[in-house]
Amino acid sequence: MPRSTPTSRELWEQAYAASVPPGASFQTMSGVPVDGVYGPDDGEFPGQYPYTRGPYASMYRSRLWTMRMFAGFGTADDTNWRFKEIIRAGGNGLSTAFDMPTLLGLDSDHRMSLGEVGRCGVAIDTLADMADLYAGIDLGEITTSMTINSPAAVILAMFVAQAEQAGTPRARLGGTLQNDILKEYQAQKEFVFPPRPSMRLVRDTIAFAAAEMPRWHSISISGYHIREAGSTAAEELAFTLANGFAYVELATKAGLPVDSFAPRLSFFFNAHIDFFEEIAKYRAARRIWARWLRERYGAQDPRSLQLRFHCQTAGVSLTAQQPEVNIVRTAIEALAGVLGGAQSLHTNSMDEAMALPTEKAARIALRTQQVIAHETNVANVADPLGGSFFVEALTDELERQAEELFAHLDELGDGSMLEGAIRGIEENWFQGRIADSAFELERAFNDGRRITVGVNRFTEGNEEAQIDLLKVGAEDEQRQRKRLEQVRQDRDQSAVDGALARIGREAADPEVNLMPALIDAVSAYATLGEIMATLEAEFGRHIEVPVI
Amino acid sequence: MAGERILIAKVGLDGHDRGIKVVARMLRDAGYEVIYTGLFQTPESVAAAAIDEDVDAIGLSMLSGAHMTLAPLVVAELRQRGSEIPVILGGIVPDTDLGALHAAGIRTVLTPGATAEQIVGEVRAALA
Repeated sequence: MPRSTPTSRELWEQAYAASVPPGASFQTMSGVPVDGVYGPDDGEFPGQYPYTRGPYASMYRSRLWTMRMFAGFGTADDTNWRFKEIIRAGGNGLSTAFDMPTLLGLDSDHRMSLGEVGRCGVAIDTLADMADLYAGIDLGEITTSMTINSPAAVILAMFVAQAEQAGTPRARLGGTLQNDILKEYQAQKEFVFPPRPSMRLVRDTIAFAAAEMPRWHSISISGYHIREAGSTAAEELAFTLANGFAYVELATKAGLPVDSFAPRLSFFFNAHIDFFEEIAKYRAARRIWARWLRERYGAQDPRSLQLRFHCQTAGVSLTAQQPEVNIVRTAIEALAGVLGGAQSLHTNSMDEAMALPTEKAARIALRTQQVIAHETNVANVADPLGGSFFVEALTDELERQAEELFAHLDELGDGSMLEGAIRGIEENWFQGRIADSAFELERAFNDGRRITVGVNRFTEGNEEAQIDLLKVGAEDEQRQRKRLEQVRQDRDQSAVDGALARIGREAADPEVNLMPALIDAVSAYATLGEIMATLEAEFGRHIEVPVI
Repeated sequence: MAGERILIAKVGLDGHDRGIKVVARMLRDAGYEVIYTGLFQTPESVAAAAIDEDVDAIGLSMLSGAHMTLAPLVVAELRQRGSEIPVILGGIVPDTDLGALHAAGIRTVLTPGATAEQIVGEVRAALA
């Protein structure tokens, strides 16, 4: 008898066997054996299109999620010390937080930087700071994520230049550049140039990484900030994926075949407090991405279709009141991320409603992930909530709501999601929807329909003194300014002038990829602020006309 | 309160505008005329706008940790221009900073968890 087509279970078993060592056995703490996944033989399995149940057949059995803790404060030395602390504590990925001046492409001695240097993250002005930031860390081994957007191309240039100076070639660098400028206009509001020239810089980084950095994720398409700004789960899902489609169209318009860059796109979602809705959101995201990439954009490489994501617990769910309770919120949110199949996870610290985390608070946050990973056994079964009537229905509903929003953007862009995203920003459509949703949530909180423990209910104990908070003193700002002054004195000014002039010329020609000129300039110790100002002279500045 | 005008402002590089937009709507619902400066203002630009627009109070929103530097500068710029417009600060402010902010002339500090009622109440008190 001819062999019939294998069932989806048989296909899954083959893929699973290829990634989990034979003989590995998994059981509950009472000794009940557990399979790698559960479901009907002809149903969808993890690692199978459209990947609702996960991008990989074996999920956490072959590889746990990366515990990637976001850190950055003060000067590069301060943050380097914290990075090493994270590595010692068992964190296995780095994630870099930059301060506000760096995020906006300003030097630490700029007038607008006053009071902001090193406050919300680490201050980076030149290649010298970048070298200190990662000193003594093997960047060929550990992967590094950098949360930076408007100046992302310049920061990538600095990262590549310092790694190569330290002996790691760019082809070996693994990590992620956030580089998602669209959501800056929509939600996070750290923009410098107008949307269209900003998208040219994004295109240049995608093309550069596709050609020269095979282990690098050139964009992390981020819903996190959209949600933090007040959107609903469906809006976070839809706006993020719509931005993803826009980047796909941007790169294919530049002549890159979709399968040459789509496997290197990654995502970043929020893990908020509504447990099942979050899990459904991640499942819907994977399914939508796979379908759109295959059907609309013609991707064929399975890796182009497999949405992989980082997630972070919701900063906005944390309370300044009774901050220890935030440990509980964060644990529940992190569990949603894990049950939803996240590839990496950051857990917030209990004190982050008030300040950057202390070392102790950050350690508890990492320990929270370790408890989930190593004590609860939840990582033994892929998509353990798949097949739940509730979770499946929520997944379908979030997908339906997202498709409605895509249809609006597609129409707004006359059949182009790239144009739809840009016009949606220019017309304040995203910003207005997010503000409306934020206001609705606030109203629900105000009239008691939404309860926040310790804030509008159960407030006994709020009068206790605040816990110890991390202080970033004004000395760091002074030290950083002095350091910048020293670098300016020590460098070859004519090399800087020449490199900046080249950036100006090449910025004026939209056909040129700016990355080589940026790497030259940072290597001559041109500052971030000088490079951004040179680009601004060509690109102009974005002024938001806010809606309230 | 009819006709009372409030300028709400983001000073410095902090782009967190969720809270200020929610507060804008709360104040408008309470009957105030609300003017929002938009992002990335300086202490000088806020003081100048407040005087030009002849507002009755200023609300600053600060969530990036720069409040100890920037909020007192807004008050100083106003006083230098001979204005006594009350300044209310909302945002992420540790308890330990409250004394210094009051001493620098900030009328009231509103922190996370403040309800619409409390926010409107503080504005009303500042205008009384």
